[in-house]
Amino acid sequence: MKVLKDLFRDYRFALSFTVLLLLLTLALLSAFSPYDPTFWWHATRDLRPSWTHFLGTNSKGQDVFWQATYAVRNSLIISVIAGMVSRVIAVVVGMVAGYRGRLTDRVLMFISDSFLVMPLFLIIVLLAMLVREHMNLVNLGLLLAFFGWAWDARVIRSQILSLREREFTQTAILSGTKTMHLVMKEYLPFATPLIFSTLINNMAWAIGMEITLAILGLSNLDIPTLGTMLQWAISYQALLLGLWWWLLTPIVLAILLFVALYWLSVSISEYLDPRTRIQRVGAR
Amino acid sequence: MRFVRRYLLPRLIQYVLVIFLGITAVFFIPRFTPSDPVQRTIAQLKSYGSYLDPASMDAMVEDLREMYGLEGSMLEQYGAFWRRVFTGDFGVSFFQFPTPVMALIRTSLPWTAGLLLWATLLSWVLGNLMGGLAGYYARSRWSRALDTFAMVIRPMPYYIFALMLLILFAYVVRLFPIAGGTDIGRRAALSWAFVSDVLHHSFLPALSMVALGTATTFQTMKLIVQNVNAEDFVQYAKLGGVKERRIVSRYVIRNAMLPQITNLALALGQILSGALITEIVFSYPGLGTLLYNAIVTGDYNLIMGITAISILAITTAILVIDLVYPLLDPRVRLM
Amino acid sequence: MTDEPGELVLRTEELRAFYVLDAFGTEKVVKAVNGVDLEIRENEVYGIAGESGCGKTTLLKALYSAIEPPLRLIGGKVLYVRDGEEIDVYSLGREEKRRLRWEYVSYVPQGSMSVLNPVKRLKDSYGDFLESHVAGKTRRDTLAIAREHLHQLGLPPKVLSAYPHQLSGGMRQRVTIALAALLGPRIMIGDEPTTALDVIVQRGVIQLLKSIQETLKNTIVLVTHDMGVHANVADRIGIMYAGVMIEEAAVERVFEKPLHPYTQYLIESLPKFGDKSLKKSAPGSPPSLAELPGGCPFHPRCPHAMDVCVQKMPDIVTIGEDHKVACWLVEGDRDGRAA
Repeated sequence: MKVLKDLFRDYRFALSFTVLLLLLTLALLSAFSPYDPTFWWHATRDLRPSWTHFLGTNSKGQDVFWQATYAVRNSLIISVIAGMVSRVIAVVVGMVAGYRGRLTDRVLMFISDSFLVMPLFLIIVLLAMLVREHMNLVNLGLLLAFFGWAWDARVIRSQILSLREREFTQTAILSGTKTMHLVMKEYLPFATPLIFSTLINNMAWAIGMEITLAILGLSNLDIPTLGTMLQWAISYQALLLGLWWWLLTPIVLAILLFVALYWLSVSISEYLDPRTRIQRVGAR
Repeated sequence: MRFVRRYLLPRLIQYVLVIFLGITAVFFIPRFTPSDPVQRTIAQLKSYGSYLDPASMDAMVEDLREMYGLEGSMLEQYGAFWRRVFTGDFGVSFFQFPTPVMALIRTSLPWTAGLLLWATLLSWVLGNLMGGLAGYYARSRWSRALDTFAMVIRPMPYYIFALMLLILFAYVVRLFPIAGGTDIGRRAALSWAFVSDVLHHSFLPALSMVALGTATTFQTMKLIVQNVNAEDFVQYAKLGGVKERRIVSRYVIRNAMLPQITNLALALGQILSGALITEIVFSYPGLGTLLYNAIVTGDYNLIMGITAISILAITTAILVIDLVYPLLDPRVRLM
Repeated sequence: MTDEPGELVLRTEELRAFYVLDAFGTEKVVKAVNGVDLEIRENEVYGIAGESGCGKTTLLKALYSAIEPPLRLIGGKVLYVRDGEEIDVYSLGREEKRRLRWEYVSYVPQGSMSVLNPVKRLKDSYGDFLESHVAGKTRRDTLAIAREHLHQLGLPPKVLSAYPHQLSGGMRQRVTIALAALLGPRIMIGDEPTTALDVIVQRGVIQLLKSIQETLKNTIVLVTHDMGVHANVADRIGIMYAGVMIEEAAVERVFEKPLHPYTQYLIESLPKFGDKSLKKSAPGSPPSLAELPGGCPFHPRCPHAMDVCVQKMPDIVTIGEDHKVACWLVEGDRDGRAA
C-alpha cells in the first residue's frame, strides 16, 4: 500500500514496526512451547544461557526463553483488551460529547477531566487490592480499560467538534441524514487514524500499569506476563544472586516494547498531522 | 467581573466537585467490591498462624469494623467518613498498629514533597529551556539528536527506568546506596553530614524522575515552539528585523509557555504516581514506600488515607496553576 | 501623485523564484515568479494587480528578501537603490539584511489580524521594532515616539496600552500599517491590506496609506486584486499573470487604453455606474503555476492567439511614455517609439 510505503520512509516507523513484528513473532512462538508456563521444575534451576536453554533457567526451574514468549503474549493480550475496550468507551464518550454539545458535553467532559486529574494509579491500586483473587488477563485488561479512556475521549471530541463545523455536516443534516448514520459513516473515517494512534499509546500505558501492579504483588502471579516475570525475579533476589538473564529478559523486552510502541504512535500521528506533513515537504 | 464569572467560578466549582467525586470514590470502592476488608484481614491474620476462638473472633470483627468505619448504615458511614476527612483523621493504621494513619503520612510526606518539588522544578526548567531552543532551531543536527535521545527515554515507565538506574549505579557500579533515605541510624540534624547523606540517597530517585520529566517536557516544548514559530506574529517580527534574542524570548518562548503550563497541570497526577513508584524502587522513605507496605499488609485505612491526601494535593495544585494562568495570558484575563 | 518620473528606489532583473516541493518522492516545481523586471521609483504608489495564484505574494516576498525553503531564488536580482548606490539584496549578510528591514523597506502582510504578539501590549511591540533598529532609546523614549507617530497619522495614541485582541480588525490593520511606517522607510510593501475588511474600514486604510505617502514622500508598493483600490491610490500599475508582468503603465492609461488582451478583459469586467450590460470575463481559468503552457502563458485563453504565442514568451515592448506590454499583438519598439 502506498501509505505503508510512505510511512516506511520515516526511520522511526521502520524500526519500531520491525521490532514489534519480532516481538509478535516471539509471542506467537509461545504456541510451540515445549513447557507449560505454569509448571515449575521442568529444568534444572539457575542455569546460564546455553544452546538447550537460550536464555537460561530461573530459580523456579523454568526455561526463561519460553517463559518470555508467554510473558510477551500475555502482556500484549492485556494491553490489546485494555486498549480496544477503552477505545470504544473513548469513542462513544467523545462522539456523543462532541456532537451533542452543551449540557451533555459539559457533563461528559467533567467526568473525563476528573479521571484525568486524579491520581488514577492509587485508585487502580485500591481496586486491584480488593479484586486480587479474581484477577486474570481479561479482568486486568478490563480494569485498565475503565481508567484509560479519559484523555482520548477529549481528543476525539475535539475532532468531532471541528467536523461538526464543516459544511458537509450541514448538508447532511439538511438532507435528512440521521445522527447515527452521520456519525458512523461520515465522521468515523476522519477519526479512525486518530483512534489508531491513541490506541497504541494506550496499549503502552496498559503494559506499564500491568508491570507496576505485578511488582506491587497485585496481579495473579501464576500467569506469566512481563510484570510477573520481573516480580518473580526480584523476589528471588535475582540481582544479588547474579542471575542477570532472568532479570534482564523482562526488562529488555519491556523497554523494546515501550519504545517501539511509542515510536510507532509518534510516526503515525506525525504522518497524519497536516502541519508536520507540510514541514517535511520541500524542507531540503 | 466577567472574568470571575467566566473563568474563576467554573474552576472553583470544578475543584470542589472533583474532590467530592474522588473522595466519594475512595469511600465506595472498598464497600462495593466482592471482598470484605474485614474478612480479608482476618484471613491474613490466620495465615500468620494466629488462632482465634469464636468469642475473640467476634470481638476482633467488631474492632475491625470500627477501625474501618464500617459501623452503621451506609449513609451514617458516609457522613462519618467526610467528618473524618475534614479533621484529617483517616483512622488507625493496621500495618503499624496503633499509629494513626495521619501520623504515618505526616512522617513520609516531607520526603515525597521534597523529591517531587525538586524533580519537577528541575525537569521543568531544563526541559523547557532545551525544548525551546531545540524547537527554534528545529532543523539543526543537535536538535534532532536530542529529540531522538528524548524519544528513547520518554516512553519508559517510571518503574523500569528507576530499576535500571538502581541496577546500574547501585549495584553494577557501586556509586550510590541501594535503599533508604539516609544511612541507617543517622539522625536528622542541620549538619552537613546529614544533608549530604540525604542528597546521596536521593540522587538516584531524583535523577530517575528528572530524566523522565525532562524528556517529556523537552518533547512537548519542542513541538509547541515549532508551532509557535510558524505563527503570524513570529514571522512578522522576523520580517520586521526584530533582534533574534528578543524574538526567541518575548515572542516564541513567552507564548509557548502558556500551553506548557496547562500541560503541567494535566500531568501532575501522573508525576505524583511516578514519584510514588520511584520511591518504591529505591525504598525511599516517602509516601511510595508507605503505600507499598500498606499494600503488602492489607492496610486499607492507610491506602485510603494516602489516596485521599493525594487527591487533595493534586487538585489544589491544579487550582493554583489555574489561578496563575490568567496572570500570564491577557486574552483570558481581559475577556 | 507626481508627474516627473523620479529616481529609482528598487529594481529587479529577470527575477525568478520557484517553490520546489518534494512530496514523498515526487518533485513539483511551482514557478511563481518567472522572469520579472521591475523599476520602481521614489515618491510613487506602485500597484500590482492580478488574480489569486498569479504569483503576486511571492513577488512581494522576493522583493522583501523573505525567501525561505521551499521557496527558492532561482535567478535574477533584486536591487535596492540607496543614495545612488545599488545594493544587491541577496548578496547581503544576515545582519545587514536585518538592518535594512524596517528602516529602508517595510512590509504589511496579508491579513494583519494576528501579526502582533498577543501577550504584549501594543506599546511593547512598537518598542520591539523600534529598539531593534535604533540604539540608545529607553522605553520612555520609544513610548513618546510611538505616541507622536500615531498622533500624526490621526490614530488614537491610547491604543498603545491595549492588547491586540482588544482592538477591532480594522483598527488592528491600521495600527500595523502605522507600525510599518514607524521608521520612515523609503519603501513600504503592502500585500492585500484592504482585503477581508468592510468598505468603511477599507476607506480608512486607504486614507491612512495616502496620508503616510504624502507625509513621508516615500514609495508604496501595493498588491491587491481589487482594481477599485488601485484606481483610488496607485500612480502606476503593473498587471501580473502566471508569474510574469504582462503590462505596466500609469493608472489612467491602464484603465483607458489597456493593450494586453488579459488586461482588456480585466478592465471590461469592472462594473461601471449606469452600465447594466452583462459582463464578460476571460474564458477558462488561469494556469497552474506548476504546469505552465509554453510560450505566452495567456495563449490558451486568448482569442487572438497566434502561432508565435504558443512558441515564444513575448518580449516586453514600450509604447509611448512608460507603457510597457508583453504581447506579440502589440508592435512597439524596444527603444520606445510609438507604433
